[in-house]
Amino acid sequence: MTDIIVIGAGHNGLITAAYLAKAGLKVTVLEAAPQIGGAAVTREFVPGYKVSGVAHLLHGLHPTIARDLDLARHGLDLKAQPIATRSLLPGGRSFDASSIASISRADAEAYPAVMARLARMADALAAYALHTPPRPDIAKMDWREKLNLGKFAWSLRRLGRKDMLELTRILTMNVNDLANDYFESEAVRGLLCFEGVLGLALGPRSPSTVFNLLYRLSGLGANGQGGFLLPRGGMGSVSQALGKAAQSAGATIRTGAAIDHILIENDVAAGVVLSTGDEVRAARVVSNADPQRTALQLIGPRNLDTMFVSRIRHIRMNGCAAKIHLALDGLPEMLADARGRVVIAPKPDDIERAYDCAKYGRVSDQPALELTIPTLNDPSLAPAGKHVASIVAQYCPYRLRETAVNEARHQIGERSLAILEEVAPGLRQRVTAMEVLTPHDLEAQYGMTGGQWHHGEITLDQVLFLRPAGQAQNYRMPVPGVYLCGAGAHPGGNISGAPGYNAAREILKDVRAWRAA
Amino acid sequence: MQQSYDAIIIGGGHNGLTCAAYLAKGGEKDGANKLKVLVLERREKVGGAAMSEEKYPGFTYSTCSYVCSLLRPEIFRFLDLPRHGLQVIPYDINSAPNPEGEGIIYYNDHDRTRESLRRHSIRDAEAYDEYAMEISRHCRFIKRTLLMTPPDPTQLNPFVQNRINPWGHREDLDGLLRIGREFGRLGERHMYDMIRFWSMSVADFLDQYFETPRWKGLAAASSIIGTALGPYSPGTAYVLLHHYMGEVDGQIGAWGFARGGMGSVSKAIASAAEEAGVEIRVNAEVEKVIVKDGKAIGVALKSGEEIYGKSIVSNADPKRTYLKLIDKGDLDAIDPDIHRYAKNYKIRGSSGKLNIALDGLPQFAGLGPEAAYGTIDIGGDFDYIERAFDDYKYGSWSKRPFLDCVIPTTVDPTMSPPGKHFMSVFVQYVPYQLAEGPWTPEMKAQYEKDVLDTIELYAPGFRKLVLHVQCRTPWDIESEVGMTEGNIFHGELTLDQLLFNRPFPGMGQYRGPFDNFYMCGSGTHPGGGVMGAPGANAATEMLKDFKRGVVQ
Repeated sequence: MTDIIVIGAGHNGLITAAYLAKAGLKVTVLEAAPQIGGAAVTREFVPGYKVSGVAHLLHGLHPTIARDLDLARHGLDLKAQPIATRSLLPGGRSFDASSIASISRADAEAYPAVMARLARMADALAAYALHTPPRPDIAKMDWREKLNLGKFAWSLRRLGRKDMLELTRILTMNVNDLANDYFESEAVRGLLCFEGVLGLALGPRSPSTVFNLLYRLSGLGANGQGGFLLPRGGMGSVSQALGKAAQSAGATIRTGAAIDHILIENDVAAGVVLSTGDEVRAARVVSNADPQRTALQLIGPRNLDTMFVSRIRHIRMNGCAAKIHLALDGLPEMLADARGRVVIAPKPDDIERAYDCAKYGRVSDQPALELTIPTLNDPSLAPAGKHVASIVAQYCPYRLRETAVNEARHQIGERSLAILEEVAPGLRQRVTAMEVLTPHDLEAQYGMTGGQWHHGEITLDQVLFLRPAGQAQNYRMPVPGVYLCGAGAHPGGNISGAPGYNAAREILKDVRAWRAA
Repeated sequence: MQQSYDAIIIGGGHNGLTCAAYLAKGGEKDGANKLKVLVLERREKVGGAAMSEEKYPGFTYSTCSYVCSLLRPEIFRFLDLPRHGLQVIPYDINSAPNPEGEGIIYYNDHDRTRESLRRHSIRDAEAYDEYAMEISRHCRFIKRTLLMTPPDPTQLNPFVQNRINPWGHREDLDGLLRIGREFGRLGERHMYDMIRFWSMSVADFLDQYFETPRWKGLAAASSIIGTALGPYSPGTAYVLLHHYMGEVDGQIGAWGFARGGMGSVSKAIASAAEEAGVEIRVNAEVEKVIVKDGKAIGVALKSGEEIYGKSIVSNADPKRTYLKLIDKGDLDAIDPDIHRYAKNYKIRGSSGKLNIALDGLPQFAGLGPEAAYGTIDIGGDFDYIERAFDDYKYGSWSKRPFLDCVIPTTVDPTMSPPGKHFMSVFVQYVPYQLAEGPWTPEMKAQYEKDVLDTIELYAPGFRKLVLHVQCRTPWDIESEVGMTEGNIFHGELTLDQLLFNRPFPGMGQYRGPFDNFYMCGSGTHPGGGVMGAPGANAATEMLKDFKRGVVQ
């Protein structure tokens, strides 16, 4: 008899399991897939060629968690140099943070100060990442919530009057306006805009994209890994390390165990029912699945009140990015030593037009791309001399109108290749095999509703106590004994592990209270 | 140096006039500290964008703003505007024609609206109750903040003393606490909805309630009018409130026509101001604000004349004020950032206007004749509006524009010869500058044609009724009224430019960067829409400063 069941061995599920096991609870993790890791896995997509399944860069993982779980001892190397971001422009031009001067002298001067300022603001916001979101009603807050909130307010105030006011100004703005405020060159603006819209079904001109930018920046600062990392062995190695950490703490992990639904007896969690029909009983069930899957499938609307169900139903989960994997028998010279992260988004309006297509349910005619070639840092991922390219292509909407899914898969693949061919001539004939995962494929393979890799877009109306939905922000689902530990809970995605960390804390609170009683 | 005036107000728009009247009356009814006020208006008559003009013999056009509802009742009463000849005639119908079938009709009367929705969708009719309840909750909350000076969250220490608050800084803390209390009254469940409401897109918000595309399009109208955003842009939901916030003699959410056109609003306020002793000078264009060692001391007119006063108030929009009327050197002496704020201030011209003289009443597709007695929104579903916005985004007018039309002459015969009508067509998504460059007569003609064709599509036979058309782009509105880029709100009403950030971060309390310099236009909290609130609030702050001897 186990105390707690964790549904899904994604990174957050494993982190929750590890913390709970460390606290001396009997924890069983049930994973549907044959391997652990959820969206952070290393897959062989063609014989001999391995690639990171969905997430292909590590930056958000919270240092506190890495330290607590001693991930270094379990084989995760976080010492690696953060990789730089290089933006490729048409006509063989390109730039990174150090060579902006080649694009615009003014921007080269402005860039460091602007990014430092944004990072300061992002860090101030990220101060809340490892806390449970408060209730908006101050009257109902306990002293701990008030203290956290006070600390948070203080960390904002510490920015100084100017920066605090600037933060309140830009927080709701669109990233295109921000870019126009700070930079003059289309190229630099384009890069900033791309950072602002990555992972959203929004364009550079849509308000609230600056928030997404700050959210991503927060993962690059003191509350993250300080930069983008390409872990050895792909993202799977992160999950493997977390898995080892959980097991060494005493948690049991069962793969190939798909859950049909959560067992609820007299309105309280009693365990889970596997798709095979067997029951696993436990007093507490933690779901690493996304909020819609958790509430609407695992718990089931009949066990929930209508207001909560409608709130969950209206979470925006329109996945908009496709994942493309290329097997290459060599590299075009434009990418010959692209050890870093490559972004192809030359102009804000290009991204905006790409979004316009998605807005009306079509695949972008000219998608914006983020590309990494992990084999340059880690040859073990492909046969000798061969390479792997991992590409995020935006936009490929989950909500298609006229286009059929197979058609969309073909379109996003072809159009992305066409763009790559433009900036890196000769890539096409290097491609020996290609895999395209549309949001529909991601949904099918990883069980993320809508193929939304954050388990719900990171926009102002879906964060803090609105994540996953009002009155469920404290990681407890309305059914006693059921918890949410996935990216659908505060603070959200980006392989930060913070949701899992926070969920574990809240669960332990309940366990202690129950023992005391 | 001779200082003949206590306050010199640059611009005789409705806010400038309201501010003047409040100052001259000394704020309080008993008129404790009346001020000597001068209003300087560039044009030959006051009114700014609330103006009636005879552009075609026998017809009175409301050349810019065209309906009246948001004017705060407090101001209405305090200035006793009815006695000064302002009469607002309420209308209670807002409809969307539909060439492919039955149009949508919205009434002020809740039950009638629900019934008319039932004709399209039972589900929507039932959802309408919930919807109306949520909207009115939000309105009740917002209303209380309209006539208050937005508190500055960085100034919460009640013991910090400065010249403006010689006895310790209390207002901001008090203000925040007051808002907090209001918020507390909502109860936890509604708190979530409200906070979400503020950052949502209007499309997401309405999708929660309704299914009929054309009804959703009509309901979304008020949240995109005047803003350079589409219905799918986050942060458009709360702009809906602009439609429901207003009232006409106590009837919440009602809209009305000012008898004699919007000009009579300005006229009434002006006469109230003059009665209170305000001096109004027309044909007096201010060229510069005279700043001497960190103090605003007067204004220089185009004519070369210089007028000095204890305080200077600008009714012009922030960009014009800080980039044209004030020297960069004077700003940089105080704080170099201000110039950047002004440069980056979002004030996008996004709407044009067609004023049309008609030979008779047009008949709108899918609607009865009653429709002509209210606003007619020519559009469609979200996609229709969003596509209109897409054209605008890339620097062109909408080929199939979203139009907000009224025919005030149906209820106000004073504006046109008998049997004839004046129709005001507000065109949403018209850029200030085209991608190809500035407006040319040919392009303007094409734009006019596209609008008229669209109307013809929704009101067959319309073109035959047209006697005269006054076509205006944002560029025209700027050069005529002086609003930068012809933005009707003196700056986008997006969250980044509201409350204490309107117009600029840290300058949201009507005080300029210099001593004795103030802002009273729609570029300050709570923003545009012929509300009068900015003018009244600015006056309140100024009177405080006069009382406390900040202004000597």
